[in-house]
Amino acid sequence: MSTITLDSKVPSGPIEERWDNHRFTMKLVNPANKRKFTVLVVGTGLAGASAAATLAELGYQVKCFTFHDSPRRAHSIAAQGGINAAKNYKNDGDSIYRLFYDTVKGGDFRARESNVYRLAQVSVNIIDQCVAQGVPFAREYGGLLDNRSFGGAQVSRTFYARGQTGQQLLLGAYQALMQQVSLGRVELHTKTELLDVVTKDGVCVGIVTRDLVSGEVRSWSGHATLLATGGYGNAFYLSTNAMNCNVTAAWRAHKKGAAFANPCYTQIHPTCIPASDEFQSKLTLMSESLRNDGRIWVPKKHDDNRAPDQIPEDERDYYLERRYPSFGNLAPRDIASRAAKVVVDEGRGVGPLKNGVYLDFSDAIGRLGQNVVFERYGNLFDMYERITDEDPMKVPMRIYPASHYTMGGLWVDYNLMTNIPGLYALGEANFSDHGANRLGASALMQGLADGYFVVPYTIGDYLAGLLGQAPVSTDDPAFAQAEQGIRDEVKRWISVGGTKSPEHYHRELGKLVWEYCGMARERNGLEKALTEIPALREEFEKNVRVLGDPDGVNQSLEKVGRVADFFELGELMCRDALMREESCGGHFRVEHQTEEGEAQRDDENFSFVGAWEYTGKGNVPNLHREPLVFEFVKPTVRSYK
Amino acid sequence: MNLTLKVWRQEGPDAAGRFETYQANDVKDEMSFLEMLDNVNEALIEDGREPITFDSDCREGICGTCGLMINGQAHGPQKGTATCQLHMRKFTDGETIVIEPWRAAAFPVQKDLMVDRSALDAIIEAGGYISADTGAPRDANEILVPKPAADTAMDAAACIGCGACVAACPNGAGQLFTSAKLAHLNLLPQGQAERWKRTEDMVETMELFFGSCTNYGECQEACPKEIPIDFIALMNRDYLKSKIKNRKLIGQG
Ligand SMILES: Cc1cc2nc3c(=O)[nH]c(=O)nc-3n(C[C@H](O)[C@H](O)[C@H](O)COP(=O)(O)OP(=O)(O)OC[C@H]3O[C@@H](n4cnc5c(N)ncnc54)[C@H](O)[C@@H]3O)c2cc1C
Ligand code: SF4
Ligand code: FES
Repeated sequence: MSTITLDSKVPSGPIEERWDNHRFTMKLVNPANKRKFTVLVVGTGLAGASAAATLAELGYQVKCFTFHDSPRRAHSIAAQGGINAAKNYKNDGDSIYRLFYDTVKGGDFRARESNVYRLAQVSVNIIDQCVAQGVPFAREYGGLLDNRSFGGAQVSRTFYARGQTGQQLLLGAYQALMQQVSLGRVELHTKTELLDVVTKDGVCVGIVTRDLVSGEVRSWSGHATLLATGGYGNAFYLSTNAMNCNVTAAWRAHKKGAAFANPCYTQIHPTCIPASDEFQSKLTLMSESLRNDGRIWVPKKHDDNRAPDQIPEDERDYYLERRYPSFGNLAPRDIASRAAKVVVDEGRGVGPLKNGVYLDFSDAIGRLGQNVVFERYGNLFDMYERITDEDPMKVPMRIYPASHYTMGGLWVDYNLMTNIPGLYALGEANFSDHGANRLGASALMQGLADGYFVVPYTIGDYLAGLLGQAPVSTDDPAFAQAEQGIRDEVKRWISVGGTKSPEHYHRELGKLVWEYCGMARERNGLEKALTEIPALREEFEKNVRVLGDPDGVNQSLEKVGRVADFFELGELMCRDALMREESCGGHFRVEHQTEEGEAQRDDENFSFVGAWEYTGKGNVPNLHREPLVFEFVKPTVRSYK
Repeated sequence: MNLTLKVWRQEGPDAAGRFETYQANDVKDEMSFLEMLDNVNEALIEDGREPITFDSDCREGICGTCGLMINGQAHGPQKGTATCQLHMRKFTDGETIVIEPWRAAAFPVQKDLMVDRSALDAIIEAGGYISADTGAPRDANEILVPKPAADTAMDAAACIGCGACVAACPNGAGQLFTSAKLAHLNLLPQGQAERWKRTEDMVETMELFFGSCTNYGECQEACPKEIPIDFIALMNRDYLKSKIKNRKLIGQG
């Protein structure tokens, strides 16, 4: 029996007016009543910190949770390149409509038009807000804001703060959050991990957490709960995500009935440092902005062992410039990644393990001079040199694609509410705006849009209906039961007493997910994955070893639960990839490509959001389809030639 | 290469700690320091011994989560490098490496190499922000920021809040961290309205938790982002100005 109905609540009318009209028709909570509502915000990345700060400013009682030791450590801190906004400061033909168009097209026509248009609209406010907070964006000599261009766009609309844009935006949101903490409007709980979402009569009433220092398991109740818990790119084990990024919050919400949408839409970023050995714990991204000035190439010959400067110009294959003359090195991520895989699979990879392609700055250095190039990319070059011991000013960088971002996530309606009333998902944790592929510099934009400018309005519409109701008490059996479940889980992990660490199983799982559900997917492989992943999971459950005490700091215990959730998610990713008999954006099915090797979409049969309903561990989940309608941007073959 | 590690182990905040010795064998040049520790932990787990607790997250030098005293140096021997970015090619075969947590009164040990750095958040909470509630601020380009001011503010804002400056300081002072945030905000036009109040509130909160600065300069040496101590001078100047002329009360420069 299915309990899920997917009502996207997308407004109708002219696209430019939809968000305005929607805001007008939503119910409001008057200022004096706001303090009667408690909102739980889980996550303090761009999405969570901006939402928590803004809701507190509006007068709501906010309780905010993060497993990090400080809100400032959320993984948003690592974003390098920049944030998009349709300011048209460069007078180069940008507009809200163009950002909307680029994002819908970039997402390969698998996102909701209304959401994307709203995102483009509020992008402009985000920059104003961040500048007012003191985010030190790059400036021109006259004191105006500077912009750069990014993959998948032909205008310069990306705002940046050196190579540390995410850091500066997050610090802005963190500082706004800390101000609200100092005013007593936000109660902040660091080192506190959500382990369950609590529902009563189908409505979200709160959460259960474990204190990562004391081990205490306890309940929190609120009128509404916001999950801003980031993406699931670590399902691949090796990724550009931080070590502790995980899917647990979203997955546990999924187990409580929240639909999980498009799990197979994952983004493989084209410019990461290739793995150097089997002990590698994570991969490091080199910002895509490097593609503005770097040229990507491999030798024309197979197994060419010459040093790069020994390979003459006419024996180099600048394959992106060759295949995509109008976008060249700035082709969108999915396209650039697959093109790299093609040349490496052909045996034309470079570096000691032949697992990379060159990203070469010598032309840019010739054209702009050492100083300009170093000013633009110096900190990235330093970072690269620390890891590889090579200086990109002298030797071309070596890069290769790696898991980076996940477009899929919890299904949400236009108000960012999941199908569980009272439970919202923001930022990378939801599936909402990027379709099958995200454009560079658009995740920061979406996280802040959701937190600063969308949820603070839409939540009022829900809360207004609860006026006069106290939140469900944490003494309620619904909470007691959820808490007991977590205590039992903790006990179970400690008592398995196997032989291998949680880390070991995460690594093994990651290999399977990367092999079968990575840059190219195929029916056979996916079917294999659907038997191999559950088999490995069974071994994991019987043979994992978690040492130490549950009542105190225990990093193996933290890890084991996250790995368990990745196992179930990995299976769902493969199932989703198998279901989607087409190629679109980051999802490339080998069976569905054109003669030139480009992705082949099937709009007739797959123009829908695939939202999965949990039916129990190891059971086949139910698929629900939300049809996608394109009224403004007509789906075309996405060409970047 | 093969290494001997002397690692600080401590059950909890109130437990007495001790050094334990481990072998790290077959360490590769291209491994990061933390990957080397991951491997030691895997071996400990295989042996049925509890792994070493240490903090890390981004492993690319930006989140500020990692931080170890390596042979008595905060973040180890390489300048301008966080622990997670340090690679084993900086060490030699047969070496003995001493690994300790940050040692500072303001950073109590939680377990093994993990410390509690919430005192840094308390300083930000005291005033490390520009009040700008979400709403409809002016168009971003109406606020002109001279490029040098924007660049210097960015230099200061690059602080990752790791606490190495405190750990490296013989007095356990928090000046470098605090002054970096003050310089970021006090140098920008947007930060002027709250400049004096911010300076007094942050400095006075800092003094509640941290030791006093006697100009050793170790903080700057240890800082993975190479935040210069010039910012401390700027902070001291602003603080004095504010106190002497009581600018906090009149809210202007
Ligand atoms: C290396 C890198 C570079 C990038 N560069 C760019 C870029 O240049 N431009 C761009 O637009 N995007 C970029 N991105 C993508 C972008 O940074 C992320 O998508 C975005 O920051 C995610 O923000 P978030 O708020 O959704 O989640 P996060 O910042 O990941 O925050 C998640 C929060 O949730 C908390 N949390 C998670 N689970 C739990 C739990 N169970 N209990 C309690 N707390 C929990 C965490 O503690 C954390 O506070 C980059 C990503 C990476 C990895
Ligand atoms: S000033 Fe440097 S050492 Fe101190 S917290 Fe900031 S980054 Fe770390
Ligand atoms: S782990 Fe993030 S700075 Fe070292």
